[in-house]
Amino acid sequence: MENEQKGQETRAEDGETSAAENAYWHENVRLLVVLMIIWFIASFGCGILLRDWLDQFSIAGYPLGFWFAQQGSIYVFMALILFYVLRMRKIERKYDLDD
Amino acid sequence: MSTQTLIYLFVGLSFALYIGIAIWSRAGSTKEFYVAGGGVNPVVNGMATAADWMSAASFISMAGLIAFLGYDASVYLMGWTGGYVLLALLLAPYLRKFGQFTVPDFIGTRYYSKAARVVAVICLIFISFTYIAGQMRGVGIVFSRFLDVSIFWGVIIGMGIVFIYAVLGGMKGITYTQVAQYCVLIFAYMVPAFFLSFMITGNPIPQIGLGSEVNDGSGLYVLQKLDLVLTDLGFAPYTDGSKSMIDVFCITLALMVGTAGLPHVIVRFFTVPKASDARKSAFWALLFIAILYTTAPAVGAFARLNFVDTVNQTAYEDAPAWFGNWEGNDLIAWVDKNQDGVMQYSAGTAFEGTPVFTEERGASGERLLANAPNSENTNEVYVDRDIMVLANPEIGNLPGWVIALVAAGGLAAALSTAAGLLLVISSSVSHDLLKSTFRPDISEKGELLAARLAASAAIVVAGYLGIYPPGWVAEVVAFAFGLAASSLFPAIFMGIFTKSMNKEGAIAGMVSGLFFTFAYIFYFKLANPAANVAENWLLGISPEGIGVVGMVLNFAVAIAVSKMTASPPVEVRKLVDSIRVPRGAASAHVH
Repeated sequence: MENEQKGQETRAEDGETSAAENAYWHENVRLLVVLMIIWFIASFGCGILLRDWLDQFSIAGYPLGFWFAQQGSIYVFMALILFYVLRMRKIERKYDLDD
Repeated sequence: MSTQTLIYLFVGLSFALYIGIAIWSRAGSTKEFYVAGGGVNPVVNGMATAADWMSAASFISMAGLIAFLGYDASVYLMGWTGGYVLLALLLAPYLRKFGQFTVPDFIGTRYYSKAARVVAVICLIFISFTYIAGQMRGVGIVFSRFLDVSIFWGVIIGMGIVFIYAVLGGMKGITYTQVAQYCVLIFAYMVPAFFLSFMITGNPIPQIGLGSEVNDGSGLYVLQKLDLVLTDLGFAPYTDGSKSMIDVFCITLALMVGTAGLPHVIVRFFTVPKASDARKSAFWALLFIAILYTTAPAVGAFARLNFVDTVNQTAYEDAPAWFGNWEGNDLIAWVDKNQDGVMQYSAGTAFEGTPVFTEERGASGERLLANAPNSENTNEVYVDRDIMVLANPEIGNLPGWVIALVAAGGLAAALSTAAGLLLVISSSVSHDLLKSTFRPDISEKGELLAARLAASAAIVVAGYLGIYPPGWVAEVVAFAFGLAASSLFPAIFMGIFTKSMNKEGAIAGMVSGLFFTFAYIFYFKLANPAANVAENWLLGISPEGIGVVGMVLNFAVAIAVSKMTASPPVEVRKLVDSIRVPRGAASAHVH
């Protein structure tokens, strides 16, 4: 990441990427990493790896791990995309890069 | 009105609607044919994506899979929805900003190489054809059960309908018919689900019903009762899986990444006006998909309960009409092992393989089989999992118009996906192979004609595969995902997120990922199916999940090769810079 940033700065001299574009991209990547971690925890974590442990709890008549695997993970996926749509709109306006 | 008349009416009306839309939205230019002119509203595109995505497998087979696999079927639920997160976050907005017509367009341009483009076309055609054969088969099954025509004529009629709107309308026609098809299929899926949920739990919302108590006075939750009933009959409990954790993990991941790498899904995001619209559109698509995908677990569980209730310990003579109907279509069979005239349903196979019926009838009037009964267990009932959704309204004693609706819905699901797949096949032939590789001087009119001819040819091939399905089709359809995960996804992802990936690395990665995954599936599924057991698998990963290993291999080979070869030219780095920022996508589409 460090190297790439340096590479972009040198090329910024011939007017390819501006500072705003660089900052925008890094903020985007940071947001992506956070959201992908949540994506992993909701599906692979709660629905698969931790399922047996979570099944001791329940949500209505669903064992909790089973609920994550067949219902909850899908709701989390929708929430993640919605959050990304809204957050990116803000970030793009901040750097004046919206379409 | 009889149920049969209602079925003709509903299916006929829905077909008339699709053809009407096709005539209204004919494509006049290659841009309209490939990407619907690039001006589709994100919500509309989300709905079209959902119809495109939800195939005969989602509509007809998935609830049946869940009913018989229980927890293990979670791989499909998470795998076929989680991929949209990858699409929305990692691929769609950047591919839209790039702003061309096809997936090979991106790979060919980003990796500045005709060879890369051709490799991508090969991956795409291979993935799409394995997928489409299953759709045509779904059309055939629905026709033969509900419309009393043979599978042959069922597929011919289906081909005719798709021909009209895919060849005339291209992406533009497909988009708007898919919107109509989504409405038909979701309505058809939800109505019986509301009925069933209300009948079994007293709560009409299936997502809540599945977590509620059964209203038979037992005070048990649905899932508790299901576990109890199934263990009584010798099955594994519904909420427990039998697959190993690593296998569940890998299959889920392969399906997610494969979803994000499927060309007919990606190309839908080329049709919206702006990069930010691609993100929005992915949200709407997942929302529309989730309505069906969160309902399917409930439908599966209710269907299994109903099936056991209705069939087990029922005399064949008292069996409901649907049992005989599906027996007539070879999808249900009963062998009276203990000669008592009563159907005993429990764990184990009633006999080896799929039923081979003789012309004779048994003592109770059942169709007799040539298969030798399996004497190791007492199960007498064979049931094809695929009938669950289609038979549900009959099993639940729902009115005739619901049955008719489900028939129309199943056809909508199969036709919409088939059309989307045909389009990516035809555009990869006319645009990527002809226009961009072998005949760059072809005129706009010539390219449009070539696209229509390629679509027609693809329909004929797909129809042939639907009528005479080679044995391998059913075996490999699910593997389209593994192949997409191990070939196209890494190439696209690295094309956006690294600037140093070069053509040598990308091509070597795609070829090694595809080859490894294909060889592993080919060996265990076709060459040596007897060896397809967990002890022989690499790291305990089944062929369904091996796409994950192929993907890792693709990344590793690509990075290693790119370190040893020349870095990409400056224009490519500029290209990557430009697709990373959203501004400018709209203007790129004005012409």
